[in-house]
Amino acid sequence: MEEYALIMRHEDGQKIASPEQMQIWMKQTMDWIGSIAAQNKFVSGTGLSFAGAKVVRPHHVVTDGPFGEIKETIGGFIIVKADSVEEAAEFAKGCPVLQGEGNSMEVRKIAKNDGAH
Amino acid sequence: MRLTHINVFAFVEQQQLIPNLFRTEYRKIVSVLCKRFGFDQVEIAEDIAGDTFLTAWQTWPYKGVPPNPTAWLYNVAKNKAKNYLQRNTVFESKVSVELKITSPDSYETEIDLSPQNINDSQLQMMFAICHPCISPEAQIGLSLRILCGFGIEEIANAFLTSKETINKRLFRAKKKLREEKIKIEFPGISEIDERLSPVLTTIYLLFNEGYYSVSQNKTIRQELCFEAMRLCTMLTENKNTNRPQVNALLALMYFHASRFEARLSKDGELILYDEQDTSLWNTDLISKGGYFLNYAATGNQISKYHLQATIAYWNTQKADTKEKWENILQLYNHLLQLEYSPIAALNRTYALSKVNGKQNAIIEAEKLRLINNHFYFMLLGELYTGIDNKEAKSNFKEAFSLAKTQAEKQTIKKKIDKL
Repeated sequence: MEEYALIMRHEDGQKIASPEQMQIWMKQTMDWIGSIAAQNKFVSGTGLSFAGAKVVRPHHVVTDGPFGEIKETIGGFIIVKADSVEEAAEFAKGCPVLQGEGNSMEVRKIAKNDGAH
Repeated sequence: MRLTHINVFAFVEQQQLIPNLFRTEYRKIVSVLCKRFGFDQVEIAEDIAGDTFLTAWQTWPYKGVPPNPTAWLYNVAKNKAKNYLQRNTVFESKVSVELKITSPDSYETEIDLSPQNINDSQLQMMFAICHPCISPEAQIGLSLRILCGFGIEEIANAFLTSKETINKRLFRAKKKLREEKIKIEFPGISEIDERLSPVLTTIYLLFNEGYYSVSQNKTIRQELCFEAMRLCTMLTENKNTNRPQVNALLALMYFHASRFEARLSKDGELILYDEQDTSLWNTDLISKGGYFLNYAATGNQISKYHLQATIAYWNTQKADTKEKWENILQLYNHLLQLEYSPIAALNRTYALSKVNGKQNAIIEAEKLRLINNHFYFMLLGELYTGIDNKEAKSNFKEAFSLAKTQAEKQTIKKKIDKL
């Protein structure tokens, strides 16, 4: 069994939704993670705050972050166990950030002793 | 004539008194002596403690119960220990002259049975026994024997195995602890949380041994649960071990224990949560659980015991509200991230059915694929009931064939008959 990162790319929810709507999304996210954990496939994960982010470039150039297009910003990730990238993608389908048009989930295998990392 | 009657009553009273004292004092005597002698002489400490109670058993019916039975026991134990140490010293001084010179301490025969030393020794003993170098089963076995004063037969009954198996298990565990030179001492402050973890696991397993035991004997089961709670209470009474997770575990056990009367029938048959007579839930124990849960809510660490205790708290709430089930669902979501267990996965799915409906929960349940677990099929049976009764029946039948005990089979049979 391999480990995959499911990376959430989406708009900052706080800018477009009410606290009540945020609450609902939070619950849905927890249910999504709970469902994966109930299958004993959850490894770890965290959300990332949109506030107080910086982007650092060569020559000590620091600008306010986060990085990337509005809807392609990384909002968090979880790491899951899966037999294949297809199974991992199946888990990603359930993530509530996909309710937002333009948002996406990126599925990446965790590199472990593959010689390239 | 009258005198005989009084003696009979006194005898009956003693029959209760000595076992009760044995439960609470045996471990104290063993712990103090074992700490004094070193863990390599644990058997001698057990012998002296056992002997002390035998002396009480032989003397009290004739001479009457002493005014302070506990002090009497300590005194007898102290004298027996001193005799042992003196005999040992004489032996050592005759046989090995060097020993006499190198260890002047061996002449020190004082046994410290002050409340402070008794408490410390018991807790230190707990840390020694729940050492990660021996298996969890061995830790529970030794805890039952040394900390709870259980007989080999009682332990064998609790584990549903033979006395020989238990004897072997305990022998090997003690040997291992001796080989590893485990000391009877407190872990350093910085190690406390780490070392507490197996201690709490053992206490909770001990509790579960009683709570979920396949043994039909209600008294033994209750006794196991109360012993676990007693050990945990001791940890809350010492300032170094009175940590939030310890209080959370104690709260969890109080909440569970509050349903003890309601969840077992007179014959020890399991009564499911939904079918329990809620008037039998012990409100006194529930409020004690609340007290310790409140106490657990310090610091910023949320242990699995915090989550389980909070789930158990919601389960003491009789009203079947949306709020209750939403909270339980979120708690299980969180718990499963900390530590997966099939039973938590199944309970989460049940909570999900209460929040999002059966259809949704069936989809989630089928992902669990716990195909060797009869609770899995019971859950599916439950979820399909009223939606697809044919499917429900076939799941219950699967559960029936996988169930391990007669009591469980009976419970499932009732479900099938109802459909």
